[in-house]
Amino acid sequence: MVDSIIEVSGLVHSYGDFEAVKGISFSVEAGEIFSFLGPNGAGKSTAINVLTTLLPVQQGSARVAGFDVASEPAKVRSSIGIVFQEVTLDRDMTCWEILEFHGSLYRMPKKERRARIDELLELVELEGKRDTLTKHLSGGMKRRLEIARGLMTRPKVLFLDEPTIGLDPQTRRRMWDYIKSVNEEGTTIFLTTHYMDEADQLSNRVSIIDHGQIIATGPAWELKNMLGADLIFLETSNDAAARDLLRKMHEVTGIQEKKAGFIVRISQDGTHLLPGVMDELRNSGIQIRTVNLKKPSMDDVFVHFTGRDLRDEGQEHAPAALSRALRR
Amino acid sequence: MHPGFLTIYWRDMIRFVRFRTLLFSSLVQPALWMAFFGIAMSANFTRLTSDVPPVPGIPNVGYLTFMAAGVIAMTTLFTSLFGGMTLLFDKNWGLLREVMASPLPRDHIIFGIALSGMTKSYIQATIIMVFGIFIGAEFFQGFGPLEIVFSILGILLFVGIFSLGFLFLSAAIAISLDSPEGMQGIMTLLTMPIFFASNALYPVNAFPPALQAVSMGNPLTHLVNGIRYFAIGDDFQAIGIVYSTTVTELLVSLSVLLVFAIAMFALAWWRFQKAVVT
Repeated sequence: MVDSIIEVSGLVHSYGDFEAVKGISFSVEAGEIFSFLGPNGAGKSTAINVLTTLLPVQQGSARVAGFDVASEPAKVRSSIGIVFQEVTLDRDMTCWEILEFHGSLYRMPKKERRARIDELLELVELEGKRDTLTKHLSGGMKRRLEIARGLMTRPKVLFLDEPTIGLDPQTRRRMWDYIKSVNEEGTTIFLTTHYMDEADQLSNRVSIIDHGQIIATGPAWELKNMLGADLIFLETSNDAAARDLLRKMHEVTGIQEKKAGFIVRISQDGTHLLPGVMDELRNSGIQIRTVNLKKPSMDDVFVHFTGRDLRDEGQEHAPAALSRALRR
Repeated sequence: MHPGFLTIYWRDMIRFVRFRTLLFSSLVQPALWMAFFGIAMSANFTRLTSDVPPVPGIPNVGYLTFMAAGVIAMTTLFTSLFGGMTLLFDKNWGLLREVMASPLPRDHIIFGIALSGMTKSYIQATIIMVFGIFIGAEFFQGFGPLEIVFSILGILLFVGIFSLGFLFLSAAIAISLDSPEGMQGIMTLLTMPIFFASNALYPVNAFPPALQAVSMGNPLTHLVNGIRYFAIGDDFQAIGIVYSTTVTELLVSLSVLLVFAIAMFALAWWRFQKAVVT
């Protein structure tokens, strides 16, 4: 076994009657970037709050950095760094004061603390903002300062709850670079996100979480490969007949209906297979209206495992689950 | 000892001096009480009690001197009761999560906030004493320099323990509530009886027995006793009433404040252990 820095087994967490996390088990290896991918209300933040000792362990067990979250919370706390989902910076303190406060909260010796502050302000490119009140920082700068704060104590694990939420695309990319460079220095990263591309491009391994359960875990490429080599999107004059026809081909591993058209999963390189598929359909008198060939994305992976779209239906689902919980 | 509470203290003091309006108002407000309420009331009381013959042989002090001790006590009460409010804001803004997720023991949050509240009370008490003497309060009359230093230390001891008690109470309320409005409501409910069922502004001798009993259990009464003992003396008369305080009575007052502070710390400690901040 590789060294696991986070080990969770059978973790359950309820708010009253509503079970937000329904028995999840997973492990994170030391040195990797691990993502929890799921829609809002999937239970990601609850899980992260339990792992960071902000919520009690109700059922199941969790170990972080070698310590039991339930019985040794103080040791867990000194081994981790956290960047919360919302900005949690005091508006009326300067960047330097924010880091100084955090360092002395964790009892870092003064000399080490001051040196670390200089080092981190440089890493996140905020040296020029050292004495600026945080209320005068841009969204990206605030996030960077929070990451710097999370790293003050050289934690073994850095927890990032939706690190790039609300940031513009350029700033997001830069955040990813910061996170990667932090990881290269040896910090294990555990992040939650509802952005497919973030999970895909940033992390070594991804767990897809939905309705409080882990649906699939693995490296992003492996999850995508489970869907086959390529995906062909088709819209035809007779979709039902076309699907029946294609199911008989042995290269086809699955077909999924969409509102318009359908998606064919294939086990071989699509560039070679596609002409044959189109000939087959035309020979049977089916007209092809649209055709599109693409590599499976994390979006496709999510749709495949949960049966629904993350962006379209994910948002509606949380209130539905909530009202279910309230009705009980 | 883990100096973690100093970190909490440091941050709260930064905020205290950084919010200029808050700083200014908290320094000026007690002086305004003295200037307006004190002068207006003392003019009235002096007129009403002018025909009460003073008891011979016992120093007689004016109403301004009498109520100046009450204003120190009252200001300490208000400042301390609202001292925990900062925790409520930190909780609502998510700032408390950083502290709660850190290895800092939770009682240090309570100590840190209490220490900064106590500092503010000390600053205010000093301002009232200086300003009070400036507008005519007869504090430390006939005291030698050493006696004055001793008396000031005595006042600060009483103010300190009293403010800790109410800061602990305030922190306990703040960590248990979600809305600043709710806290404001509770504060108002608390300050009324504590303030008026006390000897801060008038003698309790004329109170009905039930109210007298309440005032005897009221920490504010015991704080005022202590301040008057040290600032005016163990034997004086004001508004036609003779106040004499023995050392035993003084120690009883101190003990009441200590017991109150310890009980409130226990309450705050319990509330903090139960607190979940996410």
